[in-house]
Amino acid sequence: MSAIHQNVSTSLSASTSTFLSHNNLKSLRPSHVSVAGRMSAVVKCVATPSAEKTAYKTDVARNENLAKLQAGYLFPEIARRRNAHIAKNPDAKVISLGIGDTTEPIPEVITSAMSKRSEVLSTVSGYSGYGAEQGEQKLRAAIASTYYAGLGIEENDIFVSDGAKSDISRLQVLFGSNVTMAVQDPSYPAYVDSSVILGQTGLFQTDVEKYANIEYMRCTPENGFFPDLSTVRRTDIIFFCSPNNPTGSAASREQLTKLVQFAKENGSIIVYDSAYAMYVSDDSPRSIFEIPGAREVALEVSSFSKYAGFTGVRLGWTAIPKELHYSDGFPVAKDFNRIVCTCFNGASNIAQAGGLACVSPEGIKAMHEVVGFYKENTAIIVDTFNSLGFKVYGGKNAPYVWVHFPGRSSWDVFSEILEKTHVVTTPGSGFGPGGEGFVRVSAFGHRENVLEACRRFKELYK
Amino acid sequence: MYTSLAFSFMPYKTILSPRASITTQDNKNATVYRTKVSRNPTMEKLQYNYLFPEISEREAQHAKKYPNAKIISLGIGDTTEPLPDVVASSMANYAYSLSTRTGYRGYGAEQGSKDLRKAIAETFYKDMGIQGAEVFVSDGAQCDISRLQMLFGSNMSIAVQDPIFPAYIDSSVIIGQTGDVEQGSGRYQNIEYMRCDPHHNFFPDLSKTARTDIIFFCSPNNPTGHAASWEQLEQLVKLAQENGSIIVYDSAYAVYITDGSPRSIYEIPGAKKVAIEVSSFSKIAGFTGVRLGWTVVPKELLYSNGFPVINDFNRIICTCFNGASRIAQAGGLASLSSEGFKSVMSLVDYYKSNAEILLETFESLGLKAYGGVNAPYLWVHFPGSNSWDVFNEILEKTHIITVPGSGFGPAGKEYIRVTAFGHRENILEASDRLRSLLL
Repeated sequence: MSAIHQNVSTSLSASTSTFLSHNNLKSLRPSHVSVAGRMSAVVKCVATPSAEKTAYKTDVARNENLAKLQAGYLFPEIARRRNAHIAKNPDAKVISLGIGDTTEPIPEVITSAMSKRSEVLSTVSGYSGYGAEQGEQKLRAAIASTYYAGLGIEENDIFVSDGAKSDISRLQVLFGSNVTMAVQDPSYPAYVDSSVILGQTGLFQTDVEKYANIEYMRCTPENGFFPDLSTVRRTDIIFFCSPNNPTGSAASREQLTKLVQFAKENGSIIVYDSAYAMYVSDDSPRSIFEIPGAREVALEVSSFSKYAGFTGVRLGWTAIPKELHYSDGFPVAKDFNRIVCTCFNGASNIAQAGGLACVSPEGIKAMHEVVGFYKENTAIIVDTFNSLGFKVYGGKNAPYVWVHFPGRSSWDVFSEILEKTHVVTTPGSGFGPGGEGFVRVSAFGHRENVLEACRRFKELYK
Repeated sequence: MYTSLAFSFMPYKTILSPRASITTQDNKNATVYRTKVSRNPTMEKLQYNYLFPEISEREAQHAKKYPNAKIISLGIGDTTEPLPDVVASSMANYAYSLSTRTGYRGYGAEQGSKDLRKAIAETFYKDMGIQGAEVFVSDGAQCDISRLQMLFGSNMSIAVQDPIFPAYIDSSVIIGQTGDVEQGSGRYQNIEYMRCDPHHNFFPDLSKTARTDIIFFCSPNNPTGHAASWEQLEQLVKLAQENGSIIVYDSAYAVYITDGSPRSIYEIPGAKKVAIEVSSFSKIAGFTGVRLGWTVVPKELLYSNGFPVINDFNRIICTCFNGASRIAQAGGLASLSSEGFKSVMSLVDYYKSNAEILLETFESLGLKAYGGVNAPYLWVHFPGSNSWDVFNEILEKTHIITVPGSGFGPAGKEYIRVTAFGHRENILEASDRLRSLLL
């Protein structure tokens, strides 16, 4: 990734930040570049002695919402640290268990469908241009019948997308700046960051490491990673990810029933992120719509990324029930449809062909194998940390292991693990203040790398 | 000229374009549960369906009404010709490689593959000083426009050409930059509409244009087909400099230019300090369904406080997006290879020839058709008419779908947009039908 873009928006407190000396900055004018974040100091770039002092500026004010963001998005920062480490240690075999990036090849039944579709696009009878913005009808139907059979979600409730991350932002655009939101703490950072960008929040409060106006629902081992809803203030929107990224915890039927009830009492809308549903091993619900009454209070986002290795192919979906209405009775799905038609133009037809193969009987079997492989990785990592005497969470219903390092700064632990074992993880505080003291280890990786990483963990922490 | 033709208006009660008429039974039922979440007031401001789904809907209704009619679509600007083999096979091969251990790749850089970013810079911005690092690969211009609106935020004022491709206006309404629509004119409050008339060479009178933060400018223009001249763009850049504005320049149709007009805003000196450019592989390589485009944000483009716009755009890309499909990017790279570029350009030429045929047709009918020379759109004038009426008449009597000009803004009221995308035989057939209707 282009380092220049990462560096300038990186918090200055990052210990291995080298952006001030990076070569790429030669092309940056030495104008006052204010680094978003804790330091309100202005940074002068030092590498451009020959550039003018009077760089032209437009009269367009920077969007103050972007200025509220504290640092770069979490995962590019992890990547930057990884790359810096590799550069410093060219002979080290760095193993990435940080960013949740899939590593195993996509099953052939799926790639051959995409190859075929690509070839068909070069034929007169097979060429197609713009597709329906909501997705190809066959795929919408297949997603509905595969994941929502018997749950009252039909094909026209499914909106195919280029992935959950894009959908989250489109949902924020849908809701607008006047809504309040609640998130789990810790949580996948896209919910909070997109909320800040859309202007739903106040400033970042450094003492508590939270943005004003967001309700953070603390999830800890003590409360079984489910918030005490009696202490949660009413918000319009509640983001809920289960199985959870980063804690790996899957909410039980009982817990989700409470959540739906809470939403009903408060007239809130749940945005349920079920991207890891296929990793569920016990009888925890895989969809919010398994809970009676959920269709009136929830919509669900999901993705093929972690099921079929589609992280680079880009395909996901959002399910919005017909029963979900705004306070004035207007159906939420209707406005989302408008957003999808105006701010989007459909997922790639080739990716959709792959998606259709994913939800064929053979494809489902193949996805389960891929998921099963990563689940085995997860078990290996869980065993390793257990054997070392750590308190370990998650790992049963998700490809993430949430390891407790009581009393320690998670960025320090991240750095220590990286320096001493050349393994990249993700510091828990990157997911919110509730993640401090934890490190997330993702289970995506070639088997030999996962085994090697575990061997190194055992060396370090024996 | 138009009024002397035997062309009867169908009675049609709408003012500018039909209101969305979908109602759900639930709205009327008082016992249906409603959350306490208010509908986003900006969504309420939107007056109509997005234009192109509306056109699709009309086509579907017409097909139902006339099941045996051979409908020819010259409406939505959708490419029709197959991808060149070299491009399709690159994607087929790439897709296959994802099932191999050595070929599999996961997440790509959100900004796009380095190779593709570089190839775009070298192909389209040669000698303009735009580097790969300033190119952000996307899943298409329509998505980029909304991401740019998220970048700018709701406290911006925008100017648009009138008439214009509706995504700039609609995304502006959605993000909260506008007031309500004025019922009479159909214009949204707080948007500066820059009238583009044939009499003024389809370029706004900039001396009458109020200052706005952002100026959306599409050239070659959708829907008028006009490509701004060097002098015109020089004026535009000068205005942006004087007003401290940012131009968002949409160059999606640049490869259709025939007459030497500028293909990129960055051909104008000083533009890098005032302009962002958005483009797309849709109409270059037939990628309307494959989904690939790009946005250029020069490093020199700074907000009033000196903060580089590119840094914030990068943050948006990393947070609200996850990169264009790697398979589409492989196709994009193939289309910019020496063989690939030749083959996609021959498709562009095919559509340009279609445009020539249609221009001749309208000329022979005594109708003034603008555009068609630097863009795959014709902008046909039906003086004294209401464009939805003309749209309906053409559809009803010739089974040809077009797009009523007022869908692009109030200045489009007497015009019809006709696209030049289509199989040659359909273009010729459509020309015959139009001749028999309008002669």
